[in-house]
Amino acid sequence: MPDATLPSAILALPFAAALLLLRPRGRRLAVWLMTGTALLGLLLSLWLYPAIANGGALRQVIPWAPGLGLDLVLRVDGFAWLFMLLICGIGLLVGIYARYYMPADDPLARFFALLLAFMGSMLGIVMSGNVIQLVFFWELTSLFSFLLIGYWHHGASARDGARMALVVTSGGGLCLFAGVLLLGHVVGSYDLDAILAAGDAVRAHPWYTPTLLLILLGAFTKSAQFPFHFWLPQAMSAPTPVSAYLHSATMVKAGVFLLVRFWPVLAGTEQWFWIVGGVGLVTLILGAYAAMFEQDLKGVLAYSTISHLGLITMLVGLGSTLGVVAAIFHIVNHATFKASLFMAAGAVDHEAGTRDLRRLGGLRRFMPITATLALVAAAAMAGVPLLNGFLSKEMFFAETLAARQGPLLDMIPVVIAVAASAFGVTYSIRFVRGVFFGRVPAGLPREPHEPPLWMRFPIGLLALACLLVGMLPAQVIGPSLRAAAAAVLGAGQVPEYSLAVWHGLTTPLLMSVLAFVAGCLLFVSLRRRFAALETAPLTGRFSGKRIFERVMAVVAADLPQRIERRYPSRRLQPQLLLIVLLALVAGTLAATSAPFGFRPRWSSVDPAFALLWLLGAACAIGAASQAKFHRLAALVLTGGAGLVSCVSFVWLSAPDLAATQLLVEVVTTILILLGLRWLPKRIEGLAAESRVHRFRRRRDMVIATAAGLGVASLAYAAMMHPVADSISRFFLERAYIEGGGHNVVNVILVDFRGFDTLGEISVLAIVALTVFALLRRFRPAAESINVPLQQQRQTALDAGQPDRAVDHSLTDYLMIPGLIIQLMFPVILLFGLHLFLRGHDLPGGGFVAGITVAVALILLYMARGARWVETHLRVLPVRWIGLGLLLAAGTGLASLAFGRPFLTSYFHYAELPLLGRLPLASAVLFDLGVFCVVVGATTLMLIALAHQSLRRPRQLPATAEGES
Amino acid sequence: MELVLAAAIGILAASGTWLLLRPRTFQVIIGLTLISYAVNLFIFSIGGLRTGADPVLHHAAGDIAQYADPLPQALVLTAIVIGFATTALFLVVLLTSRGLTGNDHVDGEDGTP
Repeated sequence: MPDATLPSAILALPFAAALLLLRPRGRRLAVWLMTGTALLGLLLSLWLYPAIANGGALRQVIPWAPGLGLDLVLRVDGFAWLFMLLICGIGLLVGIYARYYMPADDPLARFFALLLAFMGSMLGIVMSGNVIQLVFFWELTSLFSFLLIGYWHHGASARDGARMALVVTSGGGLCLFAGVLLLGHVVGSYDLDAILAAGDAVRAHPWYTPTLLLILLGAFTKSAQFPFHFWLPQAMSAPTPVSAYLHSATMVKAGVFLLVRFWPVLAGTEQWFWIVGGVGLVTLILGAYAAMFEQDLKGVLAYSTISHLGLITMLVGLGSTLGVVAAIFHIVNHATFKASLFMAAGAVDHEAGTRDLRRLGGLRRFMPITATLALVAAAAMAGVPLLNGFLSKEMFFAETLAARQGPLLDMIPVVIAVAASAFGVTYSIRFVRGVFFGRVPAGLPREPHEPPLWMRFPIGLLALACLLVGMLPAQVIGPSLRAAAAAVLGAGQVPEYSLAVWHGLTTPLLMSVLAFVAGCLLFVSLRRRFAALETAPLTGRFSGKRIFERVMAVVAADLPQRIERRYPSRRLQPQLLLIVLLALVAGTLAATSAPFGFRPRWSSVDPAFALLWLLGAACAIGAASQAKFHRLAALVLTGGAGLVSCVSFVWLSAPDLAATQLLVEVVTTILILLGLRWLPKRIEGLAAESRVHRFRRRRDMVIATAAGLGVASLAYAAMMHPVADSISRFFLERAYIEGGGHNVVNVILVDFRGFDTLGEISVLAIVALTVFALLRRFRPAAESINVPLQQQRQTALDAGQPDRAVDHSLTDYLMIPGLIIQLMFPVILLFGLHLFLRGHDLPGGGFVAGITVAVALILLYMARGARWVETHLRVLPVRWIGLGLLLAAGTGLASLAFGRPFLTSYFHYAELPLLGRLPLASAVLFDLGVFCVVVGATTLMLIALAHQSLRRPRQLPATAEGES
Repeated sequence: MELVLAAAIGILAASGTWLLLRPRTFQVIIGLTLISYAVNLFIFSIGGLRTGADPVLHHAAGDIAQYADPLPQALVLTAIVIGFATTALFLVVLLTSRGLTGNDHVDGEDGTP
């Protein structure tokens, strides 16, 4: 019995190899990594066989977020195993093939990295035991398919094809995601096993139809089913190995994989029969019909792939267990013959220089081996006896005969099946005849010859597989097919079927013969027409590509433009107005629709508090009225309002808040003061006021009053509402016992909600760096560049007096306060340290202490000037920020080393000499990180802004840049 | 107490909203500051107003009746610091926009008061 951890190894292997190829590597290493990984994956998968041979499943669960039902579940059963063999096996062959197919000057590292990553994602889909995880890998395959189609990104058709494939398949992936969420909701679990067991409940649920439709949208887009089939022919701009691997053998099979996987859950209803069967039928006939008229070799194969995928879809849609067995069988068969045909087409393109059927011919003479191999594969595609395609096609015919329903629909599916099969024969003949037989046309771009051995080897191996399966089906594929069918249908539910080449003279055989003869006749009679037509008659006019492009143009360009024109999105003012109005409307609606469940009562009014807020209100209104013409006054008044709210915090038993508010107030005011210098002068009464402006002001006044009233009543209602039992009780009870601190607010910040604080200091650090970066390239307006008027006057005064040097008054400015500040600087620092140390038990903490230290620094800057400070003190704010973030994150990570979750804190009381008994919680270290970030961020912002005044004006070019 | 504080919050919010709708960047920054005062006080007041309650634990575990509610305080404390950061960022964006457009209108176009 193989180890249960093997699936995760198989899944991780390709991704690891892809990561190794991220850095540019040699061609040889890339090839070895690709083929080696695929081979190892193949061997490991084969080793898994005993675990799944009897319909069992291997499960490996790696818990991630079990509470949400999200775990990494790897689940390998017979069906997944068969796909793993396909993915790794064909991946190996494609790797070998691509080594010789890709141009010699292509370093291949990126190509194989993408191919490996795709391989991992595809393995992820088939091994997913959790449906959310399945969708994740599903979207990954869409993404890597996009990158691989557009691998030769200098070609416009590659880029367009890649984009179209991405939009269609990942759009379908989103639908699938929604469907899976619905399914998970219906079942109550995202686990695949639980879902597979809940088929009856799902089918009886009222959400069955929307769930089914969404999941089918995902499957149909991925498997290029009508009407989403148009992306697959466009994807043929990809390098041929990619077409062989992704767009015939594996990725496009993900859709039918999903249909088969969910067959026990979703199938068996009317909706399933009509939608899945119908779409499959239409795709089958349309794909086969269009394939006949293609001129491009890969185009023929692409439409043929669409048709065969339709066949598989239809088999699944019929709803019988035998249909599922046939579908699985055909998935494998199609992958083998179509991949080899794609590689043969690539070889032809590689050797002859063109893929146009009208320009090719007679290549049998130059490349006999390739011709023979392609002939075998094409015969399998046409369904010739003794080849694998014949067997699954027989099963398909038998199923369509068995599924006849009602008199009207009696024969339609049967007729269409035979017709599509006949078309298949026609395009197969056309493919082989057009390339390898007939006269050699003049003017081939290159002189063709046999491709290298290792390019023929993969084609030959796959052709051999076609033959072996075709002749000895029961021995070669029988056991694994049975294991796969048992995995899907349940061990006891696998129907009786026979994998023999000869069943006697049956109706399906007659249908095969009929299709074969009709196909040959069709080719002979329409040979000339095929070469003359550019597009298929009738259907050629309805180009899915054109419709897609038109829809994209409307959705991605016209519609947004129209909305943008109608809505003033570029202007801030109307937007803010709209936001405020919307908030007002929403608030009014909420207040009127849900009446308060309590009776408002009058509260007592403390006259002193009322007086305090009289002052505060006056400050606020004053700031509002003065902000336009008297900025300094407005700033001071705002500070007044801030101070009043700070006093309120003290009044209402929140000393921590008051301290923080006070210090932040100081820093904010200094910051805005520094910025005032760069704003344009505004003088009252210069511009005449128009009626429009007066109207706007009145309108805004009304809105603002309404908003104020609303907020006030909301606040009053909230305050008078009895407080429900909140989590505050928890914090109060646990703060000391578990956090080791008496200051509950601080314990919440650095311990209970430490993760929030970590996020917050990160925001602070990011903002500070953004401010710094923005200011490095700051270009002030021309009129603000000159030295301020007061400074000019002083300089002039200095120059006029014999006993004073120029700039004398600037250096003497604030001499005595400066000296005092300089003397106080260490005292303030010590006070900051004090605030920090007591923070865990008394009001204080990292935030307050950090701002205190920053204030000390900025006071020093103000008193002594930036030049003096920077010659005497090395302030490295960016280092402070980095150190702080490292400390905070490191403290958090340290708890992982003790096997505890991230940011678990530890505390202990210790006797220290001189300082006495001190709480030594690990949270203190975290708080130290907070402290460092706050110091660094605050000083960085203030200093960066202050430095702007020191920069030389732009009149001196060249040197102006590196100044600050 | 509650009535006064509610009125105060209302006035701060109204002044801030009015400034928010003005066209000059400086007005908007002052308006945002006033609104942040209002919001901070509002969040703080949700837990109910308490005068003379103990903010710091005396014993190993505290009862909610005796102590000030720590939760809104912790929320507001972070809000104050983040408010400072956004104000700083807005100020610098404002200055940069002034340098680039040559005026201090929020939409970078002059001519309207």
